[in-house]
Amino acid sequence: MTDLISDAARRSIGTSLPPSRFEVNRNDIKKYAVATGQRQRRYLDGDEAPLLFLFSAMMPVLPLEQLLEDGHKPDDALLPELPLKRIMAGGSEYQVHRRIFAGDVLLCRQTLLDIYQKQGAEGPLIFLVFENRFATEAGEPVVTERLTRIAR
Amino acid sequence: MARQMIRAGQRLPEREYRPGTVQLFLYNAAIWNAHRIHYDLPYAQQREGHPALLVDGPLQGDWLTQLVYDWMEEGDELLSFQYSNRRAGYVGDVLTAAGEVVAVEAGRVNLALRLSNQTGQVIAQGGASVRLAGAA
Repeated sequence: MTDLISDAARRSIGTSLPPSRFEVNRNDIKKYAVATGQRQRRYLDGDEAPLLFLFSAMMPVLPLEQLLEDGHKPDDALLPELPLKRIMAGGSEYQVHRRIFAGDVLLCRQTLLDIYQKQGAEGPLIFLVFENRFATEAGEPVVTERLTRIAR
Repeated sequence: MARQMIRAGQRLPEREYRPGTVQLFLYNAAIWNAHRIHYDLPYAQQREGHPALLVDGPLQGDWLTQLVYDWMEEGDELLSFQYSNRRAGYVGDVLTAAGEVVAVEAGRVNLALRLSNQTGQVIAQGGASVRLAGAA
């Protein structure tokens, strides 16, 4: 199998972005809960955020003119240059240290943990593994996510 | 399900989802995702070759967490959760979230979770660990 991962891409393993800060807003939780078909009152009322609400916290709010023709945001700074351009979600693993509540102010530090290649049924695949550490401003861990994205 | 009666093999109550364009619109607005494959049908079909609008992968993950949240009782805590997307899900699909207990030990319950389409194909699968109320 041809190695599609360049030395430069391998050197980017371990790179972190500066922490991003966001406030967990009650109204945002309520909208998310309705949109996902949530049944639990604590989420519908916006008192507490369901775990995957954190996905929305990682989506940058960019000016319209910066979005790509397909509606996507530009690749984030941690994504190295790869010969395979189509990026798909591969799934996530979450360690939950405590619940997330309306009014929480969280910091997220994202790190590129690993890049590796596999042969898929329809061709080579490159797996990118990121870690998102969500914590309070005081440093209390809230959620640690290990997110896989797949380039094909 | 009585707490003291939980044992491996027990099934969680299933839940059916029928994602439509309104729900996909609201979800993608809520997560601030403008990727056109979720709301622009001609684009999804003609430019990206999909048969219909795609259901977001993380939304499928959320549905698996809901299976757990709906099963949990007061004082239970979700300790970990994982999921992966295996196949595409489309508007018009009938998706069923299902799960079962795979292990119980010292007040911790491990669950296996899956989301299947109307043909029985698993499109997302995952797992979760829950600490029962009162367990150390």
